[in-house]
Amino acid sequence: MLNADNIKEYLSEIEEALQNDFQRKTLDTFAVAYRTGRANAFSGMDIPGLVKDIARSKDDSLAEMDELYQQFKEKAQALGVHVHLAADAKQANEIIAGIAREHQCRNVVKSKSMTAEEIHLNVALEKEGMKIVETDLGEWIIQLRKEPPSHMVLPAIHLSRYQVADLFEKVTSKKQDSDIFKLVKVARRELRREYVQADMGISGANFAVAETGSLGLVTNEGNARLVTTLPRVHVALVGLEKLTPKLKDALLLLKALPRNATGQQITSYVTWLTGPSECKSSADGKKVMHIVFLDNGRRKLSSDKNFSQILRCIRCGACANVCPVYRLVGGHKYGYVYIGAIGLVTTYFFHGRDKARLLVQNCINCGACKEVCAAGIDLPGLIKDIHARILDEEGHPPRSKLLAMVLKNRRLFHMLLRNMRFAQLPFADAKARYVRHLPSIFMKGQDFRKLPVLASTAFRDKWKSVKPNVSRPKLKVGLFSGCAVDFIYPEQMEAAVKVISKGKSIAQDHPEKQTCCGLPALMMGEKDAARETARQNIEAFASSGSDYIVTLCASCAAHLKYGYPKLLEGEKGLEQKLKAFTDKVMDFSSFVRDVMRISPMLFRKTVQKVGYHSPCHLCRGLEVREAPRANINLVHEYVPTAEEEVCCGFGGSYSLNFPPVSRTLLAGKMANLRAGGISAVGTDCPGCVMQIRGGMARAGIDIEVKHVAELMAEQLK
Amino acid sequence: MQEEMVNTFTAKAEAVSAVVRKVSNMQQALEYAVKICDEKEACRLLLAGCELAVSNSAAELCQFSSGEKFIAAPGLDRDALTGLQALAKERDIKVVSSGLRKYASGLDMGLAVADLGLAETGTLVLECSSEDLRLSTMLCEINILVLPVSRMRTGTDEAEEELAAMMKNGSAYLSFITGASRTADIERVLALGVHGPLELHILLWEDD
Repeated sequence: MLNADNIKEYLSEIEEALQNDFQRKTLDTFAVAYRTGRANAFSGMDIPGLVKDIARSKDDSLAEMDELYQQFKEKAQALGVHVHLAADAKQANEIIAGIAREHQCRNVVKSKSMTAEEIHLNVALEKEGMKIVETDLGEWIIQLRKEPPSHMVLPAIHLSRYQVADLFEKVTSKKQDSDIFKLVKVARRELRREYVQADMGISGANFAVAETGSLGLVTNEGNARLVTTLPRVHVALVGLEKLTPKLKDALLLLKALPRNATGQQITSYVTWLTGPSECKSSADGKKVMHIVFLDNGRRKLSSDKNFSQILRCIRCGACANVCPVYRLVGGHKYGYVYIGAIGLVTTYFFHGRDKARLLVQNCINCGACKEVCAAGIDLPGLIKDIHARILDEEGHPPRSKLLAMVLKNRRLFHMLLRNMRFAQLPFADAKARYVRHLPSIFMKGQDFRKLPVLASTAFRDKWKSVKPNVSRPKLKVGLFSGCAVDFIYPEQMEAAVKVISKGKSIAQDHPEKQTCCGLPALMMGEKDAARETARQNIEAFASSGSDYIVTLCASCAAHLKYGYPKLLEGEKGLEQKLKAFTDKVMDFSSFVRDVMRISPMLFRKTVQKVGYHSPCHLCRGLEVREAPRANINLVHEYVPTAEEEVCCGFGGSYSLNFPPVSRTLLAGKMANLRAGGISAVGTDCPGCVMQIRGGMARAGIDIEVKHVAELMAEQLK
Repeated sequence: MQEEMVNTFTAKAEAVSAVVRKVSNMQQALEYAVKICDEKEACRLLLAGCELAVSNSAAELCQFSSGEKFIAAPGLDRDALTGLQALAKERDIKVVSSGLRKYASGLDMGLAVADLGLAETGTLVLECSSEDLRLSTMLCEINILVLPVSRMRTGTDEAEEELAAMMKNGSAYLSFITGASRTADIERVLALGVHGPLELHILLWEDD
């Protein structure tokens, strides 16, 4: 659980987490193993189709939450179940404590429930003098350590067998072996006794089926079967979003939940409870059964046009499994109660702005969570939206306001960029390639990589001299350079122009009035500025009459194509221009390979071994995977390296705000590239070039880092 | 078609460490259960528990003398139960069919007949509104479930209507069981038998 009150404290907690070698190693192994496990579990299935079906099914259920609740309640009550609706955490805790009092229950056994964690149920019941024992092994371990879970599915993933053995020594007052199988048996035996003594069992539920009034529970250990069988009273705490109309809907979710969570096709146990069942420790031989539905903001959220999708979450934890930041810092520093990307989002709604403020800034926006989400939730988008919302509620910091102000005025922005070079020169190294040193306010924690100085002439100021003359063009390409290419790496766009000019009758244009794509503004929560730059770019290209809008920056491309429609949704009079614009946007590698169908005959292919770094916004944002690799292979020998699609740690302003994370991600990236035995690496994003090249230069590693356009242009015959 | 389904079921169940065998009648299933029970060490949990460093109060949970073996079979029909008792008696194994709460420290074996099988995941569906049936499948070390092949379905899509009908018609407690009880909560190392059975044996009864 996050303790920090401000970003400085948060950064120091992150630095501390990065020193936790055991956790780092465990999460590394897990991240890699998870990919294979998941792929195997889904093998032969239509994943995008399944995700679409789940999203639709959940959206339909959310739209009729109140009706489903009524229907469920009637069905369950007819079977003899007591059904409650709690408005918030406090009320839910009171209801459950009341049930315990009414039935004179003192000893509770619990099976894992994130919803119970959400309302801090254990704390509330312990205040009533009750004894609560978690029976899921991982939950029991963290309960004994008085910690919150660090993962939704694997709550004790941050702990080693030695730590568990120490803990069990305290519980049993006996010396413990650190053998995992023995520890599991000890837990089995210790917990059996708790089931026998308990008079109340508390569970969550994964599904609440309205047509039959049934609850569905998904577990591997089977503890939920004992929790719902042995004690005479059973209380299920269920979020309202778990309601589904029919069993069919629940079975659909069940297809994805275990596969996406742990790479299992199904868990060992799935239990369906329809009304009270036989219970021989109860006076009348029937279980006393209560179901407490929890609102806690869910009803309001379910009708929110943008944020309702949060409630599609099936709690599989996959968003954490693939998150490069989670992998480094672990769940205790990457969430409040709910962790991972979904935790960053739900914290704001379930636990308030104070708990969410720092967390929402710690997203590098690599899109790995969105790609893996079983319910198709736009997690990175929602994280940005919540960040913007918090800024709107609390006031924007001066730095971000200044950026927004400058970005809205293209001439001012570009003038400042041009002048910045002169401001940088006194701090640049002899060849003026990298910033040698900067006053410490700019460079705190940034020295893990060398940063480039701005180019002496921006691409926009070179355009006239490099523009190819094409008589009677058949195709017109509008070049979108983006700030990094325009002002730092104009040579990348010059290379692209050279390559594109090899195509027959292709005219190229670089509209003067184009400006920053606006993604940096959005990343800082400045939505208005992001909208304004979007409008300016659409306008700039509308008058150019291009058939394609080609960019060298993966982040720009993904934002232009998929960010703009979201940002400018419903803006009157812009619909057609917007669509015409976004339809034309394409990344350089795809354009060259798929539209130009560039001939291998144009290049001198070498035997040099060259690797590839896959920019997040290219492979996941645009789903472009083959083209850049094929392009590299046209001119050199492309050699695959490990984890090509894992973020390099740049993330735009993220790397400035969270240098420890950026630094560690970069170190991992460089280690993987070095292990590949390559002499150069190509990538399709100037941001990734900046990060990886700067890291290589700082570490003195002799691997060249270039844009794929440069690699190609260099080998043109 | 059915052969393919049986093959899929077997492969999926074996992939999660279940033991799958074919039997041609209930008598063979009973013989198999008794044989396995006879060959196993008496209540390994209790032995292990005695060896392992459990707390004193957890150790007291065991009220049976070491060496006694128990098969719980609360769901069997009268004929099958009589047959089982006869076979078990020869090997000095006790059969219990009710009052299973007393056996919370552990049973050697649970034996029951499943209601449905789901081939796509190697899953058994067991209607266990009876408390004893639930306990026999959870408290035992070896869980043996007999699945009549005629009750096998390709998966939840095909079985959905039957399942919904069971829920509507009084199945208060319906369990999908796939493999043994498992955990990976300590260092992601897979360990079987954390709360429930350490082993699941599935006997495919070729009933048609």
